[in-house]
Amino acid sequence: MSAPTQPSPSDLRLHAVRVGLRRGWRLCLLSLRNPEDLVFYLLWGGGMAVYLILNRNVVMEGTDLGLPAVALPGIIAAVLVFGGIAGPAFSLVLEREDGTLLRAKSAPYGMDGYVTAQVVYQVSGALPMLAILLVPSAFIIDDLMPRGPLGWLVVLGLLVLGFLATMPIGMIIGSLARKPTHVSTWGMLPVLGLTLFSGVFGPVTNHAGWVQGLVQGFPTYWLGHLMRWIFLPDAAKQIELGGQWRLGPALLVLAAWAVVGLVLVPRVLRRMARRESGSAVEARMAERMQRVG
Amino acid sequence: MDDAVIKVRDLRMRYGTKDVLDGVDFEVHRGEVITLLGPNGAGKTTTIEILEGFRERSGGDVTVLGHDPLLAPEPWRAGIGIVLQSWRDHGLWKVRDLLRHLGEYYEPYGTPGRPRPRDVDELLEAVGLADAAGQRVSKLSGGQRRRLDVAIGIVGRPELLFLDEPTAGFDPEARRDFHDIVHALVDREDTTVVLTTHDLDEAEKLADRILVLAGGRIVADGSADALARQVQGKAQVTWSRGGERYVHAADDATAFVRQLFAQYGDDVADLEVRRTTLEDTYISLVRKHEFGEESRPEPGGREDDLSRTSTEGVRR
Repeated sequence: MSAPTQPSPSDLRLHAVRVGLRRGWRLCLLSLRNPEDLVFYLLWGGGMAVYLILNRNVVMEGTDLGLPAVALPGIIAAVLVFGGIAGPAFSLVLEREDGTLLRAKSAPYGMDGYVTAQVVYQVSGALPMLAILLVPSAFIIDDLMPRGPLGWLVVLGLLVLGFLATMPIGMIIGSLARKPTHVSTWGMLPVLGLTLFSGVFGPVTNHAGWVQGLVQGFPTYWLGHLMRWIFLPDAAKQIELGGQWRLGPALLVLAAWAVVGLVLVPRVLRRMARRESGSAVEARMAERMQRVG
Repeated sequence: MDDAVIKVRDLRMRYGTKDVLDGVDFEVHRGEVITLLGPNGAGKTTTIEILEGFRERSGGDVTVLGHDPLLAPEPWRAGIGIVLQSWRDHGLWKVRDLLRHLGEYYEPYGTPGRPRPRDVDELLEAVGLADAAGQRVSKLSGGQRRRLDVAIGIVGRPELLFLDEPTAGFDPEARRDFHDIVHALVDREDTTVVLTTHDLDEAEKLADRILVLAGGRIVADGSADALARQVQGKAQVTWSRGGERYVHAADDATAFVRQLFAQYGDDVADLEVRRTTLEDTYISLVRKHEFGEESRPEPGGREDDLSRTSTEGVRR
């Protein structure tokens, strides 16, 4: 690795990103061996899978589709949005407290490595969850993916888009929050609320008009809409708002969140990292001891 | 060629209305070990954090390895190692994996004279963690955890190493091992070391130079010996005669003792000559500058009439 010529700053940065990719992979392996994380997957993913299985014979009103088939795409969207926001938000606020972030900041281009690792880790963390949802679904839903292999490829693309739209929000929440409880209160409660009303658990048409309008400003509803579009037969559009697929607005809203997030996130991260120091970590630890003790 | 690794001119730091640093000046040269001493709240950690580029200063000029720490490009970080007071990160990682991972960041910055990163297994051996290489970080004892922090601080083979109270919580053996590591870094690799400590004994053993911070300024700057001379320049002589104990502070202890024997001969017993310790020096310096008091002898009832030239010490 010792190059005789002086490497350029972009080469050096790229090196740190590669270190970050390896770090992300290792974090993922560590997570799969961590009992707490496994319990989380089983409890949430397993819980939703059980919900689908218990309702496997329920037919959605006005269609010939089963509840699991209609609910699964929305659940996938909700899992992704929730994980995409909560994952980085909690990671950042906790790792600021224990000094992980400061450690990254001490190494050359270490923050680039850190953020890269976060992305890899959070994306890979969604995979076990998806597996827990999809494997049982394959047995209880007649034709899980009517569009064949191409459909799965589109699902993959939608997952990427979903992460682009949500992970920056999570990182911003995690950077702005002063302590973990802030993430769970003013960070995650609104996200949870939006998820409940975004047509994941029952059609969005059940809610008041202003609620329908509100959720259409956020990623969860539209990601769910796109997932239903790809997972369900065309006729299923009658249960959507306006009785049709609205791919344009869906992509537009998600892309807008992604662009705004990606523009803001480096600034917010830089500002947060700039404020990190040993005594800041120390002060938070003292505060935490008081909270706990 | 200017070999100053750190240059600080008129450094100021103000929190609200309180001036923590009020015009600090000093330089550190390549291969030097300096210790920052000072009471709690004197600004030791603030100074180190400003040098590390982790804290914005209120005023003054600071140059570290040729750059202003606030404006330094990222590769500048490759030359700097940092060991903080406490770290609880990466609990799930195994010791060797973590060290190897963090070392990878330094790969492009190696030179033939300074290969980077350090070999992980040699490093684990050096800090006494070879047996714990496969353990999870969260399972380490407090002392082992500190050794790991030191190992991480030097994995990139830094030219400049910052240690903030590195041996807090070490047992005497671990402390001596740590001192050996620092000596080796300085001798073999010409590493410059800046450390803070509360342990005066450690300061004396490790540091080429001690900077005492008090009242927002550097109030003393020199070797442990020079500091002791600067403050008191006296040795304390105690003896007993006819069942009474005496104490006297002498500028020239040898001459005083010679005179003592000439005068009383065999009557003198329990003779003890004590050089001013770094602790005496430190306490009198801090008193003088923190509280505006003049230096005075340690409490404990010993008093002495310094103007007296006879060997009549003071009875107690």
